[in-house]
Amino acid sequence: MLYNEPSPLETRILSRRFGLPNSAALDTYLATDGYQAFRKAVGMKPEDIVNEVKISNLRGRGGAGFPTGMKWSFVPRTSPKPKYIVVNADESEPGTCKDRLLIEYDPHQLIEGCLIAGLAVDAHKGWIYIRGEYRYLIEIMDKAIGEAYQKGWLGKNIQGTGVDFDLYTHTGAGAYECGEESALLESLEGKRGVPRIRPPFPAVVGAFQCPTILNNVESICAVPPIILNGGQAFADLGVPKAGGTKLTCLTGHVNKPGVYELRLGFPVMQMINEVGGGMRNGKKLKAFIPGGSSCPLLTAAECEGATMDYDSMAARKSMLGSGGVVVMDEDTCMVKAALRIMRFYAHESCGWCIPCREGTTWLRKVLIRFHEGGGTREDIDLLGDVAKNMLGRTFCPLGDAAALPTISIVEKFREEFEDHLNGRPCPFEHAREAVLV
Amino acid sequence: MTFSAELETRFEKLLKSYPAGRERAAMIPMLMYAQDEIGSITDELVEEVARRVGVTSLQVHEVVSYYSMLHRKPMGKYHVQICTNISCLLWDADKLWEQATKKLGIGHKEVTADGQISLEEVECVGACSWAPAIQVNYDFHHFVTPEKLDQLLDSLGKKQ
Ligand SMILES: Cc1cc2nc3c(=O)[nH]c(=O)nc-3n(C[C@H](O)[C@H](O)[C@H](O)COP(=O)(O)O)c2cc1C
Ligand code: SF4
Ligand code: FES
Repeated sequence: MLYNEPSPLETRILSRRFGLPNSAALDTYLATDGYQAFRKAVGMKPEDIVNEVKISNLRGRGGAGFPTGMKWSFVPRTSPKPKYIVVNADESEPGTCKDRLLIEYDPHQLIEGCLIAGLAVDAHKGWIYIRGEYRYLIEIMDKAIGEAYQKGWLGKNIQGTGVDFDLYTHTGAGAYECGEESALLESLEGKRGVPRIRPPFPAVVGAFQCPTILNNVESICAVPPIILNGGQAFADLGVPKAGGTKLTCLTGHVNKPGVYELRLGFPVMQMINEVGGGMRNGKKLKAFIPGGSSCPLLTAAECEGATMDYDSMAARKSMLGSGGVVVMDEDTCMVKAALRIMRFYAHESCGWCIPCREGTTWLRKVLIRFHEGGGTREDIDLLGDVAKNMLGRTFCPLGDAAALPTISIVEKFREEFEDHLNGRPCPFEHAREAVLV
Repeated sequence: MTFSAELETRFEKLLKSYPAGRERAAMIPMLMYAQDEIGSITDELVEEVARRVGVTSLQVHEVVSYYSMLHRKPMGKYHVQICTNISCLLWDADKLWEQATKKLGIGHKEVTADGQISLEEVECVGACSWAPAIQVNYDFHHFVTPEKLDQLLDSLGKKQ
């Protein structure tokens, strides 16, 4: 059973097996072109595999949007050290719930993607780092890995090709920061999730001090279709400079929230009105988050003409992010939204660097005060000031991720902060005192 | 410390899942799987895991204090985790949270007197498109309504 009805407007490439009976089973996978891309890749030169991924214009689906083929080309293939593949299935960016489906419904596609990545950089071992809350996915993934070993799709001399590859799952234990690539590697090594200084980047010094390809689940799952049908076919699905589709998690005030696979460049308003079935209760759109709570918010006016791709969002000073779309209607209190978002970052800050640790804590405190009716006019500017002073001054991007949405909310919805002061406190509902510390 | 045969098999496999000399990498998975079996991260468990992966107890404690799913105290038999992050909040998750605290008479990370149910307000659990979402131990509940929550808590209160 799928969690939500598919939409006829989808372009189902990565999700094409979702909903098939026993879609996670090896037999189903093999019956639907499974492992054909691996067979093809075995006959290709490693640099041609990397090149095909470059041609596909695949950009990292974990949030930062870095070109995947380029990232792979940074791995020193001929280094005497072992090379590793690490898949980021930490999926904790608020609004995002798509990697979960890729593992639940099609774990072999992810295994095949790892095998091909291994061929590209001469890696023979990999780990899938799965957030601790997704325990059932670890069982599904372990089962698929077990089946692959049993039928000779993992292990030594895979299908007589002479290729060796070992793959393991690794559980997280509850920490958003461990989705950040270098913190993830620390966590994988059995440490606190405090990020590493870069350079060197993981491609050169990654897991266990060895060159590592580290990609999001969706990026790796895109690799089999790219190799099978050619990079150009994938590129053609999207827009110039950004190929393919994006699993988009529609959340918030729409009639049909759900995860939908849409071409890059899909119009925002069509996504809300047609894929999402329009605004809930016929309300008006007020604010829009394109890809997880770390992105600056757009106003309804800014959504007009916007499309779901990197350039369109960058032109609106936001980001495509992780695919976690959050739709807010006219009844949403933006002070409350800002507070809830900041509580998250304050809770998840790893505490390593002061601008982030103190910045998120103070922003949270000021927002609580504000929402409880004890704010002052200076506080509005203070919020913007503190947030702007965090930008670019933190050890990892979590600081920016906390500051950016706050700055955009204060700038774009300033009148709601003023309403809170002018004896018209929250026109909506009062937030209770924050519980999480 | 003795664990179930299944857990011992899992530990054995884990210790072989990382490059030689990097057994420390098995620490967090071992703690997670052991916590599921014995209920919390006890001092005894910390020492045992430290011994097995070849680090000091202090190095394990340091890790335990970082991760929010590793609990030093036992939670209820059914640990009810209510997400109130943004996508769930837009579907009134904060009201669900209040409903649960009132009904059970306990707050964040507290356990009912009979040890049956505990509550935790959690950050996004990756179910945002099917909000509001709750996790009971590792089971997801999607599109939770006040009525569904009421029934859920009633049934967990009686469940063996
Ligand atoms: C605070 C923080 C949290 C992140 N969380 C995730 C995550 O949960 N999943 C993910 O794939 N990437 C996450 N990222 C991005 C990763 O650092 C990294 O860029 C990504 O996994 C690389 O894969 P990609 O190029 O395929 O996107 C996060 C980054 C930051 C700064
Ligand atoms: S920015 Fe925040 S999460 Fe990143 S290192 Fe600094 S304190 Fe840690
Ligand atoms: S915001 Fe609640 S599950 Fe993501």
